[in-house]
Amino acid sequence: MSRSLPASSQELQRRVEAWPLRFRQLLFYALLTLAALTFLLPFLYMTSTALKGPREIYSLNLIPQQPTLENFEAVFTQIPIGRALFNSAFVYGLQTLSVLVFSSVVGYALARLRFFGREFIFNVILLTMMIPGQLLLIPLYILIVNFGWSDSYQALIVPGMVSAFGIFMFRQNFKTIPQELLDAARVDGATDLGILFRIVWPLSVPSLITVGIFTFMGGWNDFLWPSIVNRDISFQTLTQMVTLYGIGGQAGGQTGAVMASSLIAVIPMIVVYLVFQRYYLEGIASSGVKG
Amino acid sequence: MTTRAAARTARPAGGDAHEEGPWARLRRSNPIGYLFTLPYLVFFAVFVAYPAGFAVFLAFHNWNIVRPEKPFVGFANFERLFRDELFWRALYNTGVFLVVHIPLQIVVALLLAVVLNQQLVARGLFRVSFFLPYVTSGAIISLVWLRLYADDGLLNQLLAKADLGPVGWLSNPNLAMTSIAIMATWKNVGYYLMIFLASLQGIPAQLYEEASLNGASQWQRFRYITFPLLNPAFILVVILSTIGGFSLFVEPFVMTAGGPLDSTLSLVLYLYQQAFQFLRMGYAAAIGLVLAVLIFLVTVVQRRYLEREVGY
Repeated sequence: MSRSLPASSQELQRRVEAWPLRFRQLLFYALLTLAALTFLLPFLYMTSTALKGPREIYSLNLIPQQPTLENFEAVFTQIPIGRALFNSAFVYGLQTLSVLVFSSVVGYALARLRFFGREFIFNVILLTMMIPGQLLLIPLYILIVNFGWSDSYQALIVPGMVSAFGIFMFRQNFKTIPQELLDAARVDGATDLGILFRIVWPLSVPSLITVGIFTFMGGWNDFLWPSIVNRDISFQTLTQMVTLYGIGGQAGGQTGAVMASSLIAVIPMIVVYLVFQRYYLEGIASSGVKG
Repeated sequence: MTTRAAARTARPAGGDAHEEGPWARLRRSNPIGYLFTLPYLVFFAVFVAYPAGFAVFLAFHNWNIVRPEKPFVGFANFERLFRDELFWRALYNTGVFLVVHIPLQIVVALLLAVVLNQQLVARGLFRVSFFLPYVTSGAIISLVWLRLYADDGLLNQLLAKADLGPVGWLSNPNLAMTSIAIMATWKNVGYYLMIFLASLQGIPAQLYEEASLNGASQWQRFRYITFPLLNPAFILVVILSTIGGFSLFVEPFVMTAGGPLDSTLSLVLYLYQQAFQFLRMGYAAAIGLVLAVLIFLVTVVQRRYLEREVGY
């Protein structure tokens, strides 16, 4: 096959189609598996290195001959990684809750209530989605300093309490709920907040999950913002602490320990993804193509 | 209260509202609407509008954040930027990253999306593998790739088995940015793949059936049906990966700290250094402003040259 290169793509296609179907399928799946392995290799490397002892660390074997947990022990004695795990879960859990509540309240108003200036506000929200984060980085940092919020949970939570993406998703979604359902609740004496949380929320669980996981993931994986506002180790997030551990002198070049801490930081997001897989597709599809 | 509100919401949207003056429309508005959007408006004022204004203000002043005085310097920050070799270097590096990253991203994402759009054995498993890097933190992933790319790292060990290398993935100044672009593609391609996949699934199957009846080859079907109908997704992918590329920070921060020989210094990394290592807030704000304008201009141009009318 490599001896004579085909003249054109059509020529190539003609030749490939001349091969037996079985063989073509086999080749196709072999290539696809190779591609998938390329994507998985860094994760496999991370896991295997985390379980290797110092003698094995530079060997190429994927499965450690003498698996050990000593790298994890080293991590837990060298950095307060449990505290960081709690910080990340607490801070971004609270932020996600806040995004769900506030963004859905705004989304409900924009989708379901009539008031002068509604479209203008919606356009402003769309516009804010286009402002690049780097422009706001420095002034936001200065704002946090002026509030006296350096080294605090507020510094991480408050600037992300409402999300334009969330408002957009909820507005689109809430528009599709039949008016009769809302009217019926109103006749029964429900307030707007009651309608939102008792009628609209239960009907919008997929979009709530979608906005929730994207908010949580965005926070959990962020390094830049926490590293700017929080230097104190007791307020550091997991991603921040592990990254600083990996590039700083603390790990002392212990590849095994760094990979072990990386694994701890990455696993929660992988679990969330595996559990909520289809909502990721939904979120990307509706925020991307339709928007 | 609630019945009045009900009467308001029940009214069909649009209608005769345009013929009234703003005051009449304001009086007929549902006050709950303002109450519900108030939290966002406060948030917007404090955490978006004010910082955006302050960013512009800062770009025309000098400030080291420690002392209170912020002298007005006019365009001095921008003039200095224009003569700053490191700024141009960072702009060039970011350009190198974009030129490698965007085409690679599109080709790989599109290829994988077309493959995943077919009937496959274990399709879910393949989809998970391609998407996994996207859900994990870029900072952490950079720690892993730092070791894969190291001179004595896994990639060079594998190359050595085949009597090749070693390659200075991150130590060769001519290669380091390309290495980072390859890693960033690996990291993000799952996201763009999903955008293409969602768009592919929206193309009516009958278009392909008709084309097949008329004797179109697989390549022709892709070239004349799939590709044109993917235009909106294509533009989205180009624009999002352009914005992502201009935002390049954490990968060089973790893997190279901008080196070797400033070859991986990105614009945002330069901004970060100016602001948080040298405390030049005004100068850093000027970099941020130039960056924002640059992103805006580039994406406008891209949209203009790539957008096609799409109709089934």
